[in-house]
Amino acid sequence: MKVEEKLALNKFDIDREVHIRVDEAKCKSCDLKPCMYACPAECYTIRGEGGHLTFSYEGCLECGSCRFSCDEGAIDWVNPRGGFGVCYQYG
Amino acid sequence: MDIFDAIVVGAGPAGCAAAYTMAKAGLNVLVLDRGQYVGAKNMWGGAFFGPVMNELFPGFWKEAPVERFLSRHVISFMTKEDCLSVDFKSSHGDFDAAPGFIILRARFDRWMGGKVEEAGAIIATGLEVTDFIFEGNQIKGVKVGDEDFLANVVVLADGVNSLLATKAKLRSDFKAIDLKQGVKEVIRLPREVIEDRFGVTGNEGVVMEFVGSCTRGLPGGGFIYTNKDSLSVGVVVQLNALLKNQVKASDLIDEFKEHPAVRPLWRNGETLEYSAHLIPVSGIEMMPKLYADGIVVAGDAAAMVLGTGLILEGANFAMAAGIAAGETVIRAKEKGDFTSSSLSNYEQLLKSRFVLKDLETFRRAPHFLENPRIYNAYPELACGLMRNIFHSDGKPRKNTFETLWKSMQGKVSLWQIAADAMKARKAL
Repeated sequence: MKVEEKLALNKFDIDREVHIRVDEAKCKSCDLKPCMYACPAECYTIRGEGGHLTFSYEGCLECGSCRFSCDEGAIDWVNPRGGFGVCYQYG
Repeated sequence: MDIFDAIVVGAGPAGCAAAYTMAKAGLNVLVLDRGQYVGAKNMWGGAFFGPVMNELFPGFWKEAPVERFLSRHVISFMTKEDCLSVDFKSSHGDFDAAPGFIILRARFDRWMGGKVEEAGAIIATGLEVTDFIFEGNQIKGVKVGDEDFLANVVVLADGVNSLLATKAKLRSDFKAIDLKQGVKEVIRLPREVIEDRFGVTGNEGVVMEFVGSCTRGLPGGGFIYTNKDSLSVGVVVQLNALLKNQVKASDLIDEFKEHPAVRPLWRNGETLEYSAHLIPVSGIEMMPKLYADGIVVAGDAAAMVLGTGLILEGANFAMAAGIAAGETVIRAKEKGDFTSSSLSNYEQLLKSRFVLKDLETFRRAPHFLENPRIYNAYPELACGLMRNIFHSDGKPRKNTFETLWKSMQGKVSLWQIAADAMKARKAL
């Protein structure tokens, strides 16, 4: 089962406002890309031929791991606005 | 504008315990939580020890959504192919005599929120506290965007990612080395199937913990909890180790589920939810300042988690700290003094309870548990020894010591085992 299939089972109320901002320009000079290994929802992925890092906030589980992973200061992390984001049914 | 006796930020175990304690004593309490409902953001492994919850809500299991009580603990060393377990089953009565309770956080906390409201507190959900209101150094309330809420004391219980704890200058941000990442799937399985597969009846429940290949030898482990009609299956791994070794917890949980000793337990189950959370695990070494003028901090936001290897205990500490925070605010109100000197009583209360005592007793445990041999060499050794004992190649058998010696080759030396045993004695 892929992570995106697992995430599709969760209840989300996705905010139109992006809560985590990633300065992808800074990611270009980063070789290791630790954020990819920090995020259990695989929101950080390498896409396209150039191998650029792309971030999508929609599947974010709000665990906060990514904000401890980046040494480049590329991740500006806050919670989604109140009421938005993941809504655990089981927890 | 109303000035509340206390504003509690976060309706988890710590926040609910604090709010309930204060509301029951007649204080005017506002609880703010960022989730759409109480419990929406709350996630954990699965079980807590009973006494503190019972102190707060006597006989809670009669009405609360408790999944099962703990009657069986299984602790296993695993390699890719093998699994060696210690299986402890204790059959002493039902819920009323249970040592621990398995619950699903989102469901249970919703119930706890209801109790807090019954006691007279106001809970407002869907509100993310963004900052404090200061008057000099004294915290006088909180901001939710442009809106101000005033209070004599703020009880900060907003969890491991508390950015507010840093804004209140109680601590600097945590570091990856001090955190573990937990990921979990809740998997639906019929009640009878759970009872047959796990050897339990009625309300009995099981917790299984695994050390070894489930984290590819990184510090952490795998776990399974039996809920009423589902399983909680997951892994917990040191965040720093994931980053350094370029391993994803999302891969580890799949590997763990596919292990030959694990797959038969959830087979034909249907995944219902996938969740993740961080756990502060460095104990007293990472604990922040617990109070300042107009504020006390409790639970994960204050790193109140005890990790002793066999136990990773947070909710119990959070609830006990919540009660202590509530009692502190009640006394501060009697004195009419909400400065840090009055709120320092909080630390005294935590010292008199198990919270700070246990964390002090196990001060060295987090460092000890970083030893890679626990997650690599020892599971390999234990399983290898078993494999050699239960294997016949048709030749005459060697004596057991020789078998052990053979199992140790290339994995761990006698000297290392002795040194680790000495360290374990000091740390645990």
